[in-house]
Amino acid sequence: MEIWYRILEILPFEWARHGQMTFMKNALLAVILLTPVFAVLGTMIVNNNMAFFSDALGHGAFTGVVIGGLLGFGLPILSVIVFSLLFAFLIAVIKHKSKMSGDTVIGVISATAVALGIFLVTLGGKSFARLNSYLIGDILSITPEEIFLLFILLVVVLVFWLLFFNRLLLVSINPSLADSRGINTFLYEVIFSCFVAVTVAVSMPWVGLLVINSFLVLPAASARNLAGNQRQYHFIAFAISAFSGISGLILSYYIETATGATIVLILAAIFFISHCLRGRVAG
Amino acid sequence: MTERKECLRCQGVCCTKIENFGVTIGSLEILRNINLHIHCGELTAIVGPNGAGKTTFIKALLGQVPHTGNLTFMKSDGSGNKPPVMGYVPQKITLDPTSPTSVADLFLASKYSSPVWLMKPKKAIADIRERLKKVNADHLMDRPLGKLSGGELQRVLLALALDPVPEILLLDEPVSGIDQNGLMLFYENVSALKESYDLTIILVSHDFDMVRKYADRVVLLNRTVIASGKPEEVLESDSFYEIFSARSLKNRDRGGEQ
Repeated sequence: MEIWYRILEILPFEWARHGQMTFMKNALLAVILLTPVFAVLGTMIVNNNMAFFSDALGHGAFTGVVIGGLLGFGLPILSVIVFSLLFAFLIAVIKHKSKMSGDTVIGVISATAVALGIFLVTLGGKSFARLNSYLIGDILSITPEEIFLLFILLVVVLVFWLLFFNRLLLVSINPSLADSRGINTFLYEVIFSCFVAVTVAVSMPWVGLLVINSFLVLPAASARNLAGNQRQYHFIAFAISAFSGISGLILSYYIETATGATIVLILAAIFFISHCLRGRVAG
Repeated sequence: MTERKECLRCQGVCCTKIENFGVTIGSLEILRNINLHIHCGELTAIVGPNGAGKTTFIKALLGQVPHTGNLTFMKSDGSGNKPPVMGYVPQKITLDPTSPTSVADLFLASKYSSPVWLMKPKKAIADIRERLKKVNADHLMDRPLGKLSGGELQRVLLALALDPVPEILLLDEPVSGIDQNGLMLFYENVSALKESYDLTIILVSHDFDMVRKYADRVVLLNRTVIASGKPEEVLESDSFYEIFSARSLKNRDRGGEQ
């Protein structure tokens, strides 16, 4: 971390000076590690029309926090990951087995999870307020250990993307075609869902349940308006994600607003601009 | 079968034996008691009314739908039943028109291991260009999939189904929504492939004029095999007229589509 703090000292910001505002420097590093993860996973979420699914995962992760708290896990993150994975797996299997539309399945399970979470939190007349931070997210409170976790997440997601992206893309273009080329489409759908679940679970406390889905969906949705192939798509999504993350964090420091929401507003502004530019760039 | 001698020159699957073949999904029996021998170096056209189970038949051959009975892929040396390399062009492929996936991306993702989102290897691109040239589609290389016309997309998918060169090529109504020129081009391409690679080609089609011109064998399917043989035999059989009586006359006038 010391090296990181040193590097930041070259920046012309007041908080970047030596020995000052460590929390801000930590948050900046966290944003830099998280934005590429959101960008790459987001490209496929948008390809597969999974925006509602990833939104629901946030709810599943929330219930994981509550259950982890009740069971007295030392590390709530573990129970959150486990619960999110279960949640994603459940949705994938029910969708696969039943003829119900995906939207309905997700709607039912997601609402049930949130209700269960709220029910358990308030059991015995307790207040819900202690969980507010999960709703809004607080990236300024992130610790170096937690940043290390994000680093691991980034490495794992990138390795996964390097090895398996081609097959995921083929499945998303046409499952039947992918199947005829020997790809187990259901398996890849489940694995991808699990990656999204873990990412949502790990980043929710810092980004906030209410806005996390925008982090995943908006960079890719904007990039889609401008890109003509997968390389442009990824590059633009990543650029938008990183730019919005970093500028949103710094802006929220000066105007004193919630970081997650500030970043999302910037992402949304970029989306509307890209939507207007659509068709004029690339092809 | 009389065409047996044809098999001697092909290296891959020379005869696809379908015996007592059936498909039941849930409580619905879609196909029953199908017995066919399909040969390499031949274009076998499957015709039949809507809901006859043609697409299900193709999917069952691909192994995407479970079937009863026997499906045996015989090699020319008599050895058999190793799953053959299959090429497949789906019936209708609905693509998101906003998807930023180019034709080159589709090929890279299907055949190469280097991640499409990061790299565009020169050698692979040259190879893909060659493949696309064979179906007159090399100029479409950098076009997003969603912006191709029906005919262009079918040619791209055909090129994809031929890479790697399959032993059996399955085409499920590959020419719906293509103009007359595109149609001719497509059938010329398929015929040329049949000659050069000695493939087994199974084609589902509603276009009887094209079937008459290009198919070596025609199978009339309606839940089971109603008739099978040379195009003129099947297309002029009584059962064919019975099934298509009202429709076929109308369709002939319109040029055979649907």
